[in-house]
Amino acid sequence: MLDLSGFGWQLLAGAAVTLEVAFLSLAFGVALGIAGAAAKLSPLAWIRVPATLLTNLVRGVPEFLLLLIVYFSLPDILSGLLGTDVSIGPLAGGVLALSVVFGAYASETFRGGFAAVPKGQIEAARAFGMPRARIFVRIHLPQAWRYALPGISNLWQTLLKDTSLVSVLGLEEIMRKADIAAQVTKRPFDFYVAAALIYLAFVLLSGPAFAWAERRANRGLARAA
Amino acid sequence: MAFLDGVADAASRQFPAFLSGLGITIELLAVSTAVGLALAVPIALARLSTNPLLSVPATAYAYLFRGTPLLVQIFIIYYGLPQFDVVRTSAVWPLLRDPLPCALIAFSLNMAAYTGEVVRGGILAVPAGEREAASAVGMNRALALRRVILPRAFRIALPALSNEVVLQLKATSLASTVTLIDLTGVGRRLAAKTYTAEGLYVAGAVYIVLTFAIARGFRLLEARLDGARTR
Repeated sequence: MLDLSGFGWQLLAGAAVTLEVAFLSLAFGVALGIAGAAAKLSPLAWIRVPATLLTNLVRGVPEFLLLLIVYFSLPDILSGLLGTDVSIGPLAGGVLALSVVFGAYASETFRGGFAAVPKGQIEAARAFGMPRARIFVRIHLPQAWRYALPGISNLWQTLLKDTSLVSVLGLEEIMRKADIAAQVTKRPFDFYVAAALIYLAFVLLSGPAFAWAERRANRGLARAA
Repeated sequence: MAFLDGVADAASRQFPAFLSGLGITIELLAVSTAVGLALAVPIALARLSTNPLLSVPATAYAYLFRGTPLLVQIFIIYYGLPQFDVVRTSAVWPLLRDPLPCALIAFSLNMAAYTGEVVRGGILAVPAGEREAASAVGMNRALALRRVILPRAFRIALPALSNEVVLQLKATSLASTVTLIDLTGVGRRLAAKTYTAEGLYVAGAVYIVLTFAIARGFRLLEARLDGARTR
């Protein structure tokens, strides 16, 4: 079987960093996705058109390349804007790039979710005199969330796997830890397979978690089938 | 616009490098898509089989490859397998010591796992009546599969396949992690040499053009296939 020669704890420490990157990117990515969906549905063309263009651009570029672009060009751009030297670490760079990718795809998912909310409910809320912001928070968002969850679940699994790319920036998550252990012990097969099994476990465990979230989001709802 | 000038400058000065990088990217995409699709059909049929000896391994294969990062898969094949003496003394060693075949193997197996699901969905979506009609005119199962079910499943799955090919294009960018100089590799090399991201922007622009070209190509193919049908 796999001989991890004392590096098992290192891999687990890496797994914690992987989860940190994944959860941070999920949080920012969902926020970006909702904002992006709202922008794409905006009646104002100067908001709608750039938002649509930007998400299409992000989705046309490999995640790995986008990660490199963010990591290598953002410090220059920020330094130029702020007038002082700015450096970003691999964690910040990785989370930023993965959030942007997640947000670009999630904006499509949420856009579908918002569009699926029946018009009558919005009209009813307006008839009650709810202000627009409250209609968004109380009617639009919880319903869109329900429709969007299956799509978000898929995006989350992709995100979990994409966190491995951040190892290229030197962040000590699962992959980087496996690289180090493989070099020290000369047993690359064992460590990369161990890393693969950890990712697989995370992906498989996400299934029930999202099933629970979907049940929760759909509670009180009559089912057709 | 000093920024765009810089990017245009990088593109024109390094044109031959980007052209050869584009060649490698397209080679990786074309070969892995062809092999992946060829494997996807038996995988889909095995997953749909009522025989557990076929369906269980095919399902496990789909979960293993879709549940782990592509980066790990490439590293297991390129860096991991040489750990064993058996591999290094075997007949396939000349292939496995070279990064290009390793990347092609990883990309193809990965593509097969994803498109296997797409083809399976396509087969399930073929109306039962067409299957029955095929057997009513006396086709045996193999013939019905070849003449009716698979062509119909292919047409139904075509939009989803188009997405998979775009995703596969983006997946090939990982080739640069095993020292291959594909589009991303050219951008990375320039970034390391000049400490600027301009080469990466050029690579990004080429990927976007390729993405749109693939999407457009598939739409044309769909229109062509539908044109051959009588309404």
